Amino acid sequence: MVGKKKTKKVVKPARKSKLALRARMQTKGDNLVLVSTRKGAWLFHGDSTRKNWRADGPHFLGQIVNHMVLDPRDGKTLLAAASTGHLGPTIFRSSDLGRSWTEVNKPPAFQKVGDGEQGRSVKRSFWLTPAHANEPDVWYAGTSPQGIFRSEDGGQNWEAFSGLNDDPQYRAWMGTEQDGTPDGPMLHSIIVDPRDPKHLYFGMSSGGVHETTDGGKNWRPLVDGMEVVEGFDVKNMAFHDPHCVQLCPSNPDRLYQQNHCGIYRLDRPSKTWQRVGRAMPKEIGDIGFPMTIHPRDHDVAWVFPMDGQTVWPRTSINGEPCVYATRDGGRSWKRSANGLPKSQAWWTVKRQAMAADGCNPVGLYFGTTSGELWMSRDEGGRWDCVARHLPEIYAVETAMLK
Amino acid sequence: MQVYIPTPLRSYTTEPFVEAQGPTLGALLTDLDRRFPGIRFRMVDEQERMRRHIRFFVNGLPASDLAHGLHPADEVFIVQALSGG
Repeated sequence: MVGKKKTKKVVKPARKSKLALRARMQTKGDNLVLVSTRKGAWLFHGDSTRKNWRADGPHFLGQIVNHMVLDPRDGKTLLAAASTGHLGPTIFRSSDLGRSWTEVNKPPAFQKVGDGEQGRSVKRSFWLTPAHANEPDVWYAGTSPQGIFRSEDGGQNWEAFSGLNDDPQYRAWMGTEQDGTPDGPMLHSIIVDPRDPKHLYFGMSSGGVHETTDGGKNWRPLVDGMEVVEGFDVKNMAFHDPHCVQLCPSNPDRLYQQNHCGIYRLDRPSKTWQRVGRAMPKEIGDIGFPMTIHPRDHDVAWVFPMDGQTVWPRTSINGEPCVYATRDGGRSWKRSANGLPKSQAWWTVKRQAMAADGCNPVGLYFGTTSGELWMSRDEGGRWDCVARHLPEIYAVETAMLK
Repeated sequence: MQVYIPTPLRSYTTEPFVEAQGPTLGALLTDLDRRFPGIRFRMVDEQERMRRHIRFFVNGLPASDLAHGLHPADEVFIVQALSGG
């Protein structure tokens, strides 16, 4: 049953003794790359040169891990959103960097409806966001079917956030019972303004970008300037498909977005997105899923272009993987492919599977659905493969061990 | 009554066979959840629907309703039914 008081259940990690040994090898200043896959999760520990990486995993071998995030507020708590092919979705928590995991008390779940009504059930918790630094135990989760949930106790107990899940207007935009796109629409990119815990954004794929400035009492769409698939009505929120929204760490008034229909930038207080992807080379286009931003320069961002023509292969264009970088806020873009395969590499990189670290120069990371983890130590100047033969990569996050 | 636990749920019970009681399948799973917190939600969603890839058998016959009545001598098998790779 959901919601009643439970004692904690400790999940024994596979090969516990080896994991414990590895955990003791963690050192302050290590770069951590958190990789979530369709068949488990891995922690990659890099030394200060970021040339040597040690794989810690698999954690949850065989489980579908959609997102694993290290809490930047304490530097040691991990939350992992997981399910299996058979079992319903849950969230695991570790307070010792993955040496041991405990299932949380009450994972995100929709309200039970009355007999005869069609209620939603969470198929997967898709997205995890630690809240504001002044709210140390607060987390947000986005689910599929689309819903937004909040925990105020470090991820142990989750409740629907702000009534949005049952708001009639948002309910229509979120999609109805277990529908939307066949694999389920996803609520993602939950962003908390670092200046104000009551100012949040999120994206719905599909369903648009939305904002609150009063801690969720009121929400409003933020889709002006965003395009939709040709022939569809731009005024219909359900046709808006932001794939990934990012707020600039160095400038909370600037957001970037990789959308189903282009790359965008938004400078607040403006409410109109600018399609900066128009400056991408015509033969590459501006379709993709992930996008990541420089931690200290709001003019620098990276995307991973994918083929969005005809039947939407969503693979590297012409089988030639590349990252594109802008250093002027999207006015111009430059190809970054040194070290990546030059041909016959039909990669897909999912919306959560690209990240930047906080080092100088910035390290960039992405994971492919074919199970390869790649990184660049010099902001895209050269790419190296860190790991091959992993399961399908869903998410890549970075952290620095304190 | 005796309940067989499939391998995906052994992280909760450790043992393949455990004891649980209840007049219906739904009540039996609630009793199971008291002893092994969290296990029920992995099998039954928040709308009281059985999850797609979990099957229940009572005395060898499929039970597709949580209201399915049980007797103390019944034997309940929980089975994983996953498809694909």
